[in-house]
Amino acid sequence: MIEADQLTKRFDGFTAVDELTITVNRGELLALLGPNGAGKTTTVRMLSAILQPTLGTARINGYDVVQEADQVRRLIGMLTEQPGLYSRSNGIEYLLFFGRLYGMSDDEIQRRGHHLFERFGMPENAAFRRLGEYSKGMRQKVGIIRAMLHSPAVLLLDEPTSAMDPHSAKLVRDAILELRDDKRSIIVCTHNLAEAELLADNIAIINHGRIIAQDDPVTLKRELLGRRRFEIQLDRSPDGLASELDDLVTVEEVELQTIRYVTDNPVLTNPQVVRRLDGLGLGVVSLHELSATLEDVYLNIVAGNAEPSSIDGQPTTNGQSLPVLESTV
Amino acid sequence: MNMAPISRPNTFNRYDLRMALLITKREVRDSFRDWRIIIPIVILTLVFPALATFTARVLFNFTAQYGAGLVSDRLVPFLLLIVGFFPMSFSLVIALETFVGEKERKSLEPLLSTPLTNSQLYVGKVLAALIPPMITSYLGITVYLIGLFVAANWAIPTELFIQILLLSTLQGVIMVAAAVIVSSQTTSVRAANLLASFIIVPIALLLQLEAIVLFWGNSQGLWWLILALTVTAVIFIRMGIKIFNREELLGQDIDTLRVSWTMRQFRDRIFARDVDGRYPGPFHWYRDNFTLIPKLGLPSGTLLISLVGAIVLGFALSSQYPLPEEIQSTLSGADIAKNTSNLQFMFSRLPISIFMQNIRVIILAAFLGIITFGVTDILIFMLPWLIVGFLGGQLAISGENPLIFLLSAIVPHAIFELPALLLASAAALHWHASILARPENGSIGENWVNLAADFCRLFISLVIPLLLIAAFVEAYVTPRVILLVYGG
Repeated sequence: MIEADQLTKRFDGFTAVDELTITVNRGELLALLGPNGAGKTTTVRMLSAILQPTLGTARINGYDVVQEADQVRRLIGMLTEQPGLYSRSNGIEYLLFFGRLYGMSDDEIQRRGHHLFERFGMPENAAFRRLGEYSKGMRQKVGIIRAMLHSPAVLLLDEPTSAMDPHSAKLVRDAILELRDDKRSIIVCTHNLAEAELLADNIAIINHGRIIAQDDPVTLKRELLGRRRFEIQLDRSPDGLASELDDLVTVEEVELQTIRYVTDNPVLTNPQVVRRLDGLGLGVVSLHELSATLEDVYLNIVAGNAEPSSIDGQPTTNGQSLPVLESTV
Repeated sequence: MNMAPISRPNTFNRYDLRMALLITKREVRDSFRDWRIIIPIVILTLVFPALATFTARVLFNFTAQYGAGLVSDRLVPFLLLIVGFFPMSFSLVIALETFVGEKERKSLEPLLSTPLTNSQLYVGKVLAALIPPMITSYLGITVYLIGLFVAANWAIPTELFIQILLLSTLQGVIMVAAAVIVSSQTTSVRAANLLASFIIVPIALLLQLEAIVLFWGNSQGLWWLILALTVTAVIFIRMGIKIFNREELLGQDIDTLRVSWTMRQFRDRIFARDVDGRYPGPFHWYRDNFTLIPKLGLPSGTLLISLVGAIVLGFALSSQYPLPEEIQSTLSGADIAKNTSNLQFMFSRLPISIFMQNIRVIILAAFLGIITFGVTDILIFMLPWLIVGFLGGQLAISGENPLIFLLSAIVPHAIFELPALLLASAAALHWHASILARPENGSIGENWVNLAADFCRLFISLVIPLLLIAAFVEAYVTPRVILLVYGG
């Protein structure tokens, strides 16, 4: 279990992480989303007891990252943004080195190492080849294998599928989901929004060191994108008749035979819209909701549509309250 | 609030050593797979000792023609020292990139996320940097000595052999320990290499000193050198363990000098800006400066011990190097009184000169201390007291009571001057040595800037006024006391 409370890190006056509060229970996966320099790596470094927080606390399975750093490091498996391998060692030597640091026996390392090599679809002789000869994707996989080698209770993975082909990425995602189902607590830092949506039970969007939105993907989309958008296809061009809908919905766009509008209460307004159009002699071919993606949410918040506000300590977007900080992940 | 981590027992047990050796083993294995390391090792182990053997044989033959065997006897061991040193110099290259190189290759962070303790990491890295060059060095020495025995039938005296072996090893340890400190405190291999000159230059000077002692044939001198190098090595290793930590290794990624941040930090500290961003009034600021004094306990204690040591050393040196008889005879109370009386007109014009001289010394020491990590702060502080001790000793030899001299010629103005100099030197030492220890809060850089500001605060608020008073007392009061005591 990962618990961070008001975690803050300052470097010589620069605040890299600002009062970050998260909880990741056993068997849960939190995706940490944010642009470069948002504070994701610093957060992971604090959680892995590499950096000490300036303020706040963090606990891994109950162990304090400052007071009980040794125990914390035993419990975590960490994949850094770049795997950073020893290019003159071969695969198995690399795993033997790290496994021994975690107190594993050589037999155990060999057995588990070969199993993981197989699990991640590594070529048969890869374990005995120099790491310097590995492709980018293979290097990334070895990094993940190292992080998983000692069966850690907590996994902190920074961009786990970067540089991987789609098949390898799926293997890695499946392995991560297996670990989650095996009651591990996992944090994945990623820029890959589709991956986050696919893997995460909860998503925290971080920018300028602060969590500006945090919830499950469905709620995030609902809460942060606000009013729902719909698109109606007509049998002919409305020719200025779209304004007849103004008292029911907010028409955003009229394009050839298409009208796009937003509404707060589609259950009530959509049937009325259809009836009104019919009354105007416009035949409705189709009506569907324009689905919001996590990318919309992310861009809405991070790319400037939403400015985090400090009013009442609650960051907001477009004037709406965001489900932040207090959310239990 | 952030809390300091619970400290582990301050010991390095067998388990720690086993973990450290895991790092050493991996790094040594990787080193021996690198042709850029293997080729110089082969050359330095075989080719260079063979060349040195040839040179030694030519030297033996040449000096024998002129009956100057003593010259070759003294120079051949120096060649042995060089044969041992050259491979050892490689340890510097390996050690310099040991942390920062890994950081650049991005392989450091996975290592830091393992359960290794800071000490295990540090010791493992130091040994990894030391072992390959040490093996090469010993092999080179062996090849050279076998070559000399076979070619010139020359066998090295056992004591000299042990001394050269120890000197080579200690030089390696010092270079590695210093380089690991540099490597752990810089953010790029380039920066580490630039800073390496702070290691190479003193080691080059040390080699020259060793050459002189060897040529001099002073065996005892070599043992003293070995002792000094052992102490230096222990200090460096201890310092390395103390300041080495994960935070410094990964906390900063950029080497950029942030001038505006530094200036702001310095300004805020010097004007005692509080957490709410307010600056105190002049009275509160002045009063606040006194709260800095208790923090100077350790440096003040060190300086006071140095002061006593300097006086004792000066006194001891006076008997070893007594002044010539004609000068000695002028060190009587009557002469002191006469000279003081004759020079009294000059003293009255001196206070500003005395004051300015003290200010110059403090400013010079402050700048020198930056590059010597505070060593010159101690030495400069000791110097006048060494002279006082020496003069006291000379007075004792000429039959005068040195205590009376001290009380009449030094104490009147020293009452003000000593606290001023002690305060300035202690603040400077605290500031300069801060780079060698990890601060409780903030980064080493932040702490360094803060302590520089503290030094300036004390200098402006307390040292300058005390030195002004001392200068006037020295110009107007001390001469009168001397005349009163010695009768003029």
